Amino acid sequence: MSEPISALPGARHDGLARIEEAGLQGMITLRGDLATKPVKAAVAAATGGKTPGLRGVAAGKTGTALWMSPDELLLLCPYDEVAQRLEKVTAALGDAHALAVDVSDARAMFSVSGPAAREVLAKLCPVDLSPQAFAPGVVRRSRMAQVPAAIWMPDAQGFRVICFRSVARYAFDLLGAAAQPGSAVGVY
Amino acid sequence: MLILTCPYCGVDAEETELAPGGEAHLKRFGPGASDEEFRDYLFARENPKGVHFERWRHAHGCGKWFHAARCTMTLEVFGTYPAQTTKPPKAIREAITAKRPGWTWREFE
Ligand SMILES: [Zn+2]
Repeated sequence: MSEPISALPGARHDGLARIEEAGLQGMITLRGDLATKPVKAAVAAATGGKTPGLRGVAAGKTGTALWMSPDELLLLCPYDEVAQRLEKVTAALGDAHALAVDVSDARAMFSVSGPAAREVLAKLCPVDLSPQAFAPGVVRRSRMAQVPAAIWMPDAQGFRVICFRSVARYAFDLLGAAAQPGSAVGVY
Repeated sequence: MLILTCPYCGVDAEETELAPGGEAHLKRFGPGASDEEFRDYLFARENPKGVHFERWRHAHGCGKWFHAARCTMTLEVFGTYPAQTTKPPKAIREAITAKRPGWTWREFE
């Protein structure tokens, strides 16, 4: 058995915001008709919670479901429980036309926290990140400079950013540069 | 800067979040078609100055293809609509007529 290692273990940058690599995170991509019973049951099996609505985040007892597209969710759970959750998900889906795959090792996750976190992300994404438009409970897929990224707020204190693992270093450096002291714009 | 509302995820996506897919509502001609039909399918485009229909993909978002009706001269957007149709829906055509009375585009008006 090989030892799993996240993209940039322990990476941390303190500037206008604190950027931290979030470590190993279990992620299951689930595709299917989100309105159907088997898919809802699969979500419940993985997160202990509900299926999120349009651009929604649904925190459950044992995980979180992020709305990715009209037929796609990203299910978050502890890294070392992915295989076991995936089994439950697959069982819940049964014969339904759907797909569930472990993508944990294909992604990297960062946390961006601190009072200027909104501004740091707003420099990089073509997204309205004002508190009125972006708050906990909402997830947004967009681009962060030149790479795709998904952003949401697990709580009012900060953001989580998911990108492809292959661009983890780029994303981390990008966030660090946007958080450079003295570069505050002060819009939010 | 062009901003299109994705009809699938409802996001007001700006141009850099989207990938252009060229002219909308092309009829495919493949095996069995004449040389002229296949040539026109590949190359003949409206390329209008004014009302136009295009395909776009919310590439850095929900990933879905959709349609947009807009004016190539003023960049005004008349509306966006899902990809599962072979012609602009009535509501879109009416929205264009309100702004550009007498417009035509291929067989649509
Ligand atoms: Zn979209």
